[in-house]
Amino acid sequence: MLQGIDFTLSEGGMLLLRGRNGAGKSTLLRALAGLTPLAAGELLWAEEPAVRDLPSHAARIAWLGHLDAVKPALTVAEHVPEAALKPVGLEKFAALPARFLSAGQKRRLAIARVAASGRKLWLLDEPTTGLDAASVQRFADLCTAHREAGGMIIASTHTPLELKDMQVLEL
Amino acid sequence: MIALIARELKLSLRHGADTVAALLFFIIAGTLFAFAVGPSPAILAGIAAGVVWVCALLAALLPLDRLFGADFEDGTLDLLLLSGLSAYEVAFAKTVVHWLTTGLPLLLIAAPLAVMLRMPETKIPLLLLSLVPGTMILSLLGTMAAAVSLGARRAAVLMPLITLPLIIPALIFGASAVTTAHPAAPLYMLGAMLAAALPLAPLGAGTALRAAAE
Repeated sequence: MLQGIDFTLSEGGMLLLRGRNGAGKSTLLRALAGLTPLAAGELLWAEEPAVRDLPSHAARIAWLGHLDAVKPALTVAEHVPEAALKPVGLEKFAALPARFLSAGQKRRLAIARVAASGRKLWLLDEPTTGLDAASVQRFADLCTAHREAGGMIIASTHTPLELKDMQVLEL
Repeated sequence: MIALIARELKLSLRHGADTVAALLFFIIAGTLFAFAVGPSPAILAGIAAGVVWVCALLAALLPLDRLFGADFEDGTLDLLLLSGLSAYEVAFAKTVVHWLTTGLPLLLIAAPLAVMLRMPETKIPLLLLSLVPGTMILSLLGTMAAAVSLGARRAAVLMPLITLPLIIPALIFGASAVTTAHPAAPLYMLGAMLAAALPLAPLGAGTALRAAAE
C-alpha cells in the first residue's frame, strides 16, 4: 500500500522514483498510467481528473513496463518506424526478426517505441535494465530531447541516472 | 482497431502452427468417430452434424490460451490497454482475429469432413450456414473465457470449463438446424444468440482484461 504520495510535474519535468525492491515504484507507475485504480486520492492532469476514461488518458501516455512487449515473430522495423531506430542504435537490425535481439537490444527497441509515440508523458519502469553504458547515454539523450520539446517523464530506476533539473521521489 | 486487427493477423500468420493444429485436430477428431462407429453410411450420416459441430467447437478452443496469454506474459497487454482503444475494442479485435484464423478455416474444411462422414449433400449447405454464426459465437465466448482465465494458474484447464457449458445452446440449435425438417427456427435462434453475444462477450472480456492488468 502506497500512502502520502504527492507531487507535481510541469512541462519539461522529470521525476525519478527511487526505493528498495517492493517499495511500490511499479505500482505507482501503473496507477499513474490508469492501469491500477487508486484506492484513494486524486490524479490530476491540468487541474482536471486524469483518468476519467482510460483511452483518453492513454492517448497522452507512452508506457514502458518492466517487460519489453517485443514480439519475436515481428521484425525490428515492424515494431517501430525505421526513423526511430537510429537514436537507439538499432538501425542496422531493422529487417531482423526481434527473436534474434539480445535482452539489451530488446530494451532499446522498447525505448524506441516510447520515443516514437509522440505522447506527452513517458512512464518508464526500470528503463535502463540490461543496457550498457553507451545505451544508457542514448536513453539519457532521448529523455533530454523529449523534455526540451515540452514532454514529461516519470521513471523508476536503480541505475544512477543524472539528468538536469530532475526531481527525485523516495518511496 | 483495424490497425490492431491487421497486426494481430500478421502475428497469427507468422504463428501459422496454431491454425494448422486446430485444423488437423478437427479432421483427426472427426475421423476418429468414423473409426469408432464403423463404416455404416446410415449411422455416420445420423451423427455427422453433431460430430462436425463438436469437433469444430473443440478445435476452436485450442488456440484460445495464446489469445491473450502471450500478450500478458510479454507486457503487450499493458500496451494494448494504453493504445487509446477501449478494453472492449481490444477484446473485439482479438475476437475477430480468432474467428478469421480459426473459425473461418474450420468452416472452410467442414464440408469435406461432412462428406467423409456421409452427410447427405443436400444437408451440407445447412451445416455451413449454421456454422457461420456458430463459429462466431464460439469465438466471442472463447475470447471472453480466455480473458476471464487470464493469469490463472490453470488457465488452459479453466478456459474450456468456462466455454463449453456456455456453448451448449449453440451446439443444440446448430446441430438441429441440419437434422430437423424445419431448419429456420434453430437458425434464427443461432442468430439471436450471436446478436446477444456480439455486444456482451467483448464487454465481459474487456472488463476481465482490465482486471487482469491491475
